[in-house]
Amino acid sequence: MYVITSDPINLAAVMADVAHPGAGGLALFVGSTRNENDGRQVERLEYEAYGDMATSEMAAIGAEMRRRWPVLGVAMVHRVGVVPIAEASVAVAVAAPHREEAFAACRYGIDTLKAQVPIWKKEHYADGSRWIGACHARHEHHAHDARRDEDRG
Amino acid sequence: MTIRVLFFAYLRERCGAERLLTVPEGASVGAALRLLREQYPVLADASLRVALNRVYVDNTDPLHENDELALIPPVSGGSPSAGTEQPTPCT
Repeated sequence: MYVITSDPINLAAVMADVAHPGAGGLALFVGSTRNENDGRQVERLEYEAYGDMATSEMAAIGAEMRRRWPVLGVAMVHRVGVVPIAEASVAVAVAAPHREEAFAACRYGIDTLKAQVPIWKKEHYADGSRWIGACHARHEHHAHDARRDEDRG
Repeated sequence: MTIRVLFFAYLRERCGAERLLTVPEGASVGAALRLLREQYPVLADASLRVALNRVYVDNTDPLHENDELALIPPVSGGSPSAGTEQPTPCT
């Protein structure tokens, strides 16, 4: 399953989706909303997705995981909208014959999702809010900009 | 010809969620971006990737009638572990 949802993530359903009789290990990564960033108190987080593209990018990452490791099941779910502190915002689950492959594929899945999938996070503070990564100064460098820089002309 | 342009996150707040844009026949993604930068100063210094019909593309890719061009600001990212480089906060 590759899902963008505004509902709380049902982790049991995510694990059930990847369950497989040939699996000796299921790895589950859950990203949860943190109450602090850069020394500022975060009151709540808000996520926005380019939904159609987000799910197709997730599926492409899942296909790459299956190409690299003997993966038997992959699930990725990202929540959008306002997510209260300490709730799951993203989950990646992998089933594989052995735990090493399950851990490795799951790690690759969440890292690549974070870098590639068009989902944005807005932190709300007592005194304002900001989009994470939304700086638009030319001196700013993000990993993905280095890979495919935009036209400066 | 006309294409649909989508904005997200802080760009959506500044430019609106979407609009139609008329571009010359055979125009590239880069040509559309130049037109948009003339109309939205916020894009001048924006760090962007672009997606055409929900796939990341380069500026040289050609546009076609009714294409969906999305301007993708840096995604939420997140640091894999403490001590890795953080995005520069906006002020």
